Amino acid sequence: METRSRIDIVSLLLYLCIAILGIASVYSATSDQGLYTLLEGRSGKQLMWFGVSIFLGVIIFLLNANFFEVFSWYFYVGLMLLLVAVLFVGAEINGARSWIRIGSFSLQPAEFAKYGTAFAVSALLSSIGFSFSKKGDLIKMAVVILLPMVLIILQGDTGSALVFFSFILVFYREGLTPLILILGLVAILVFVLTLVFGTLYFGVGILLLFLVFFAFTYTNKKFLLPSISIVILAVLFSLSVQFLFNNVLQNHQRKRIEVTLNLIEDNKGAGYNVNQSKIAIGSGGFTGKGFLNGSHTKGDFIPEQETDFIFCTIGEEGGWLASSFTIFLFASFILRLYHLAARAKKKYKRIFIFSLASIIFFHLLINVGMTIGLMPVIGIPLPLVSYGGSSVLAFGIFIFTALRMDATRDEDLISTYE
Amino acid sequence: MNKFRSYYIYTTVVLISLIYIIRLFQIQVLDDKYLNMAERISLRRQTVYPQRGLIFDRNKNLIVYNEPVYDLMVSVPIRLKGIDTLAVCKLLEIDKKEFIKRLNKSKRSSYRGKSVFTKNVSNLIYARIQERLYEFKGFFFEIRQDRNYKYNSSAHVLGYLGEVNRSELDKQKEGYYEQGDFNGKKGVERFYEENLRGIKGEKYFYVDKFGVNKGSYKNGKLDKSATDGNNLILSIDIDLQQYGEQLLNNKMGSVVAIEPKTGEILALISSPFYNPANFNIQNRGKYYGKAIKDPTKPIFNRAVSAPYPPGSTFKPVMALIGLQDGAINANTHFGCPGYFKLGRRIIRCHGHTYNTSLTKSIESSCNTFYCNTFKSMMQLSKYENTEEAYNSWRTYLQSFGLGSKLGVDVSGEYRGWLKDASFYDRMHGKGRWNYARIISLSFGQGELGLTPVQMANIAASIANRGFYYTPHVVREIEGLENIPERYLTKNYTKISPLNYDPVIKGMQAVTRSGTGSGVAIKGINIGGKTGTVQNPHGKNHSAYMAFAPVEDPKIAIAVIVEESGYGATWAAPIAHLMIERYLMPDSVTESSRPYLEAKMKNSNLIPIKYRSQRDTSLYGN
Repeated sequence: METRSRIDIVSLLLYLCIAILGIASVYSATSDQGLYTLLEGRSGKQLMWFGVSIFLGVIIFLLNANFFEVFSWYFYVGLMLLLVAVLFVGAEINGARSWIRIGSFSLQPAEFAKYGTAFAVSALLSSIGFSFSKKGDLIKMAVVILLPMVLIILQGDTGSALVFFSFILVFYREGLTPLILILGLVAILVFVLTLVFGTLYFGVGILLLFLVFFAFTYTNKKFLLPSISIVILAVLFSLSVQFLFNNVLQNHQRKRIEVTLNLIEDNKGAGYNVNQSKIAIGSGGFTGKGFLNGSHTKGDFIPEQETDFIFCTIGEEGGWLASSFTIFLFASFILRLYHLAARAKKKYKRIFIFSLASIIFFHLLINVGMTIGLMPVIGIPLPLVSYGGSSVLAFGIFIFTALRMDATRDEDLISTYE
Repeated sequence: MNKFRSYYIYTTVVLISLIYIIRLFQIQVLDDKYLNMAERISLRRQTVYPQRGLIFDRNKNLIVYNEPVYDLMVSVPIRLKGIDTLAVCKLLEIDKKEFIKRLNKSKRSSYRGKSVFTKNVSNLIYARIQERLYEFKGFFFEIRQDRNYKYNSSAHVLGYLGEVNRSELDKQKEGYYEQGDFNGKKGVERFYEENLRGIKGEKYFYVDKFGVNKGSYKNGKLDKSATDGNNLILSIDIDLQQYGEQLLNNKMGSVVAIEPKTGEILALISSPFYNPANFNIQNRGKYYGKAIKDPTKPIFNRAVSAPYPPGSTFKPVMALIGLQDGAINANTHFGCPGYFKLGRRIIRCHGHTYNTSLTKSIESSCNTFYCNTFKSMMQLSKYENTEEAYNSWRTYLQSFGLGSKLGVDVSGEYRGWLKDASFYDRMHGKGRWNYARIISLSFGQGELGLTPVQMANIAASIANRGFYYTPHVVREIEGLENIPERYLTKNYTKISPLNYDPVIKGMQAVTRSGTGSGVAIKGINIGGKTGTVQNPHGKNHSAYMAFAPVEDPKIAIAVIVEESGYGATWAAPIAHLMIERYLMPDSVTESSRPYLEAKMKNSNLIPIKYRSQRDTSLYGN
């Protein structure tokens, strides 16, 4: 039977739309009053990396569809070695030793590590006999995720390391107990409440909650022990939050969290970026100030504007129309990728595509969230839009690999649905 | 189960996206706080200053022009990252401590996001810094227009500029001025401020975080260009003015010359004077203190501010009043034995022939004639008492513009002294004084004080035979049809034109054969009157009043030289030299009497007690 391998046009178009948006934004953020053309400077470089991405995309489509699955672990191990190597031969930029210089280019292995880890996770989870109820498998899973995280934290790039938490969504989707997700969310909630109200008020509050709960259920003794232990655990965690906050986090991280929670106002120090970013976006109005006309963008008030804070340029120059359109594009792209994952017949492919979508979602959540003050400042790029060759290239081949897998789904046997 | 899990995740994606889109709508569309903040941070309004009107003399010689002054500014808040502060210090010739001090001051006094770092930077330093300004992000220059002068002359007429002060800022209605603006403080700069200043424009633009201009706001839709101020043409003849200044050099005194037909002031000199350039924005700080300390009062504008008893120069006016009031007529003669006897008091006169006519009395400046005239006027039967007679006399003088400000467009005008009857009532008791108490008024002494411009105005009124235009230094305001209305209306004296003839005859005799004859000019028919003003504090003041030519008066002049001696010795020669200079353009470069001219120019009549305390740098360049 002749099977056609067809690329998913919707995803490709969304990819191209986001890419064009990115190049235009980088151009606006870096070209000083339009003194350069689009092809010069950073927008030119950005364009070049998209060219390279598409070139590699073509190559990916020429490869056998099963090539990736076979070499999954080689990719992973190779990238882990690169992460180790960067610790020794890396060039330090902005306090993070995460770059490898090759000639006039610098590559950031951490950006490619997500790609590599997605292979490993897909291979591991789709391996025969894998089960979330096996302790050994869980440990393997944890190691696959934690290894790159630790290596990246050692480089001094905590933001990029946090991205690996997006794999928890994948695990959840594949059957990991939701308890971990719920616990994680509860932990974040306790963390925030403790910082905002203090351990004492938090303890009193949860105790009152318990008493109300107890008043309704005191006849049923079986709820008593678990609920008391939950209260004790929560209070203990709350107690440790202060310690964690003050001793584990670095000063600038503490400040960023405090600024996000409105505990301190520091518009000149830790809150400078966020404040300027909010001003830039907020001043855009409904339709924006016009392309290349953003006064805050032109005025260079926002550090890292063409990289992590690129969303400011869109918000300021394109107003609410452009900023919400950007989010709409991303949401569509993510949902489309989830759709591709869902229609995959092979578990391996499903997990791989799902990983990609989850990683992009995590980036969107954090990056846009921090520019509008809903998330603490965590230095990760807006995929395909933020300036940065490694990021553009890594996401590019990640996406093309996923599309390659999707394109040949008809060749795959229908996998058993769990 | 996994299917539901997928849906949970899809829902999360959609929910988060919606939350973000709503949050964006809130900060971008609903809340204009951020737009305001953005504009406060990056939008700047810059005033575009118009060129202040230029000032010319009556022959269109440029006198005052604009010269830029540079203020070194810093944008606030300034980020000093990457600025070589040591280099800035070196260029500004200050040390690091001073640099930090000024920077802190700038930060405190932040004014619309910018503040002055160094005021009035010299041209040299400006050029040096401008060259490297791109290195010092956050620093920039603001250019304002200061004045400069083609001639070291006319300081009192021109006046000067200064920064608007607090009360001017508070009082202004149209809101024209901003802090740091200049406006005219004295002289024509102040009188014609509203014509000279022009209309300001404005420019809106964005700045980057260093305060560097990043392009106009809304493509300049809100920008307005400035309209330059109107040029001013003065009635001053700069050549005559400078000549008079040379003649008055090293003297305390004043010259005012008026064109009788129009009231235009040809020259207005108060000596000692100062170089106007020393009082412009850049230099005044340096010289003002010196000028204040100088005991000869160079800032004081004697021409309009100093009241001098007119002395004998008053006699023609007294004669006119006597004629008009019927106390005397053209044929009246009084015998003069060399004094006027007033009970046991004797008022001395000068040696001249006994039988004195009106003409003769002016020619020889006979005190007795005027004491008699005054006495008979005060005793005229038409008046009930001396008070009524005095008030009548006073009213005549008021019609010459005495006792009140003329309304000259020169700063610091004083109304002079002309007491009303109540003054004498208070002094002597109501109804308990008569002509004898005030007889010295008849020859210009006592409680009578005329400013030089009032004296010159009298000369002009006599030259016109009964009217004057309020003296003024403005001749034309470019762009305006007319000069102010008050300078275009005739003011009539209360003396009928016929009565002027015998007086003018007498004044002519002064320069032919009388007290002023020593300095007569061949070919010019001058009517004049000398005066020697008694000065209780030192030597007499030398005074002179004249107009010429008598047939067709073109110039009326009053000269006062303080503490110098006889009217004929100093004031009359100076007046005649100036008349000659003005009326005989052929001899512009060479006086017919070089010896006299040199004597006037070179004599130092400053009282010795003051000489050592003068700072000559004030007068020179």
